Amino acid sequence: MKKASIQLETLTCPSCAQKIENAVKGTAGADKDSVKVLFNASKVKFEYDEEKAKLEDFSKAIETLGYTVLRK
Amino acid sequence: MQRFILRSKNYIMLINAVLISAGFISAFVFHNETVSLWTLGTASVLGLIPIAIQAFQALRVKVISIDLLVTIAVTAAFFIQNFEESAIVTFLFLFGSYLEMRTLNKTRSAIKELTQMAPLTALKQTDIGVFTEVDVDEVVPGDILLVKTGAKVPVDGIVLSGEGYINEASITGESIPAEKEKGKNVFAGTILENGTLQIIAERVGEDTTFGKIIELVEEAQDSKSAAEKFIDRFAKYYTPAVLLFALIVWIFSRNVELAITILVLGCPGALVIGVPVSNVAGIGNGARHGVLFKGSEVIGNFSKTDTIVFDKTGTLTAGTPRVAQEIVYDEKAIDEVKSYLASVEKESSHPLAKAVVEFLGDIHIYPVIKTDTVKGGGIISMVNGKKIIAGNASLLEREHISLNDAQRSDIERLQKQGNSVVLTAVDGELKLLLGIRDQIRMGVKEELSRLKKMGVKNLVVLSGDNQGTVDLVADDLGLSEAHGHMLPEDKAAFIKKLTAEGRITAFVGDGVNDSPSIALADIGIAMGNGTDAAIETSNVVLMNSDFTKLSHALGLAKAIDRNMKQNIIIAVGVVFVLLAGVFFSEWMNMSIGMLVHEASILVVIVNGMRLLRFKSRK
Repeated sequence: MKKASIQLETLTCPSCAQKIENAVKGTAGADKDSVKVLFNASKVKFEYDEEKAKLEDFSKAIETLGYTVLRK
Repeated sequence: MQRFILRSKNYIMLINAVLISAGFISAFVFHNETVSLWTLGTASVLGLIPIAIQAFQALRVKVISIDLLVTIAVTAAFFIQNFEESAIVTFLFLFGSYLEMRTLNKTRSAIKELTQMAPLTALKQTDIGVFTEVDVDEVVPGDILLVKTGAKVPVDGIVLSGEGYINEASITGESIPAEKEKGKNVFAGTILENGTLQIIAERVGEDTTFGKIIELVEEAQDSKSAAEKFIDRFAKYYTPAVLLFALIVWIFSRNVELAITILVLGCPGALVIGVPVSNVAGIGNGARHGVLFKGSEVIGNFSKTDTIVFDKTGTLTAGTPRVAQEIVYDEKAIDEVKSYLASVEKESSHPLAKAVVEFLGDIHIYPVIKTDTVKGGGIISMVNGKKIIAGNASLLEREHISLNDAQRSDIERLQKQGNSVVLTAVDGELKLLLGIRDQIRMGVKEELSRLKKMGVKNLVVLSGDNQGTVDLVADDLGLSEAHGHMLPEDKAAFIKKLTAEGRITAFVGDGVNDSPSIALADIGIAMGNGTDAAIETSNVVLMNSDFTKLSHALGLAKAIDRNMKQNIIIAVGVVFVLLAGVFFSEWMNMSIGMLVHEASILVVIVNGMRLLRFKSRK
């Protein structure tokens, strides 16, 4: 398991946080219990299995929803 | 495509505004209804697209969002050909969320400033001994790094070589640079103002003190108070309920206009955003002033505090004894006497001796021939052919040195004031008296009277020292209760008793040996030097052990609490007024409802932003 933290553009609506959380959880390799979206910091923190996924997979999943990833 | 549209939301908003203006101009100036209908219709459709996409995305994760209410309302308005309303509502909604984002960014600015202090690169020594620039993530504990003047220290570590001055404001809040040399600790996020250092990395990334502070503040801002959790739960059912209510109204009244007006008016915007905005701005203000709140629950409790319990040593007092009083009995020979005393005391490691040496400072030192330490008494020594006795009254008595009445009463008086007395006799005659005590820290007295003015009824001091010393401190500072002879477990039991009595109790300690009390109190406040223990066990951390931050912390907690309540009242009040407007007045429609709604959201955000500028009154 590897820890990851992705910095996003400013999140403004609480439902955005919900959407992003579900998107990260839905990506193969994510440890579902570890996913945490920090709404005010506009950050997602989670752990993932390096053998099953790459960090890019997660940022891609988030970007598909229409949110810009600033830093991985 | 979705991404493109969402990203272009701001442009869509602008085009929307232009189209709407054009629509109204053609209707009212040129009286051309057709052009007006077309432009307004286009504006509605264009503006609806991003809103509908967001509504749909939320639905996919099973969230009935405000976007959905607006989407349905606008679509319905469009089909009953009320293009004016549909266009204006989309514009107001987009414009509102744009302003919301801008202002929300402001409320978060304090934290952003903090995170931007995070170092990004480091100069790391490679196998062949040269330093190359690498990403800070590539540094692991044990790496040797070079820090140049003006650069940020990339990790927590220890200085291997070099000297310099480091500004540690980001960790301690202290703006005077600290001197660093071999063996000293350096912290990530601090800035080397001059000099060059080679350091060995000890902790990196999120494990550094700086990383922990950021993590703490970020998580504190997202933590939810009971009130907030309630509102969240409420909002979860509230939005669908509004949808249902509008549907029922439509079924019974067959009045589409009324139904969609209810949809728009029912949006819970200000309520959902109001409470977190106060928290975020308030916690941000604290972080900037060296006060870390660990979560919003803490703020609510802290604002109601009626009892504050202090640890004495290291919190109210400096923790290191210092010479507080000096009485000279032989003016002529005083310089020489002081030199003798310094020479003798330099040999000892006793805390009182250290205080004396520090007090005397830079002074001529004689070689000491023979030193005899008398346990529980002092030192007897031969210096420069003279017999020097430095110690307490009983030692002098034993050495048959006679004291006159004035000297005796001096000694008694100083001891009553809580001093340890060090007497110096040269060749059988008393020359100098020094009173040494653990002194009250600067500004503590003023700070305590400020706390009293803020409505804290009981100020209590607990200490392991004897009751007499503790009483003196309590009298001096005007505390309401003082208890001495207390071990850490006694202190914890005392706190337990207070909370059982229903008092809302805060405990202020140095965070090291007071952990049990800090954990048991309703609000545990640690005077931390950014130490791990302090950060972990407490609810509130005063950075750099700055006692004078306490009134800022309490004032801020009260201000946040007030601000939050104001926001709830504004939000709920607006919804009531709007709903009353629908049923009891003629002028209410969807556009006005939207306008008032967006305005109320901005009002609560701006109200929250006031907290960023909060300063406690001195």
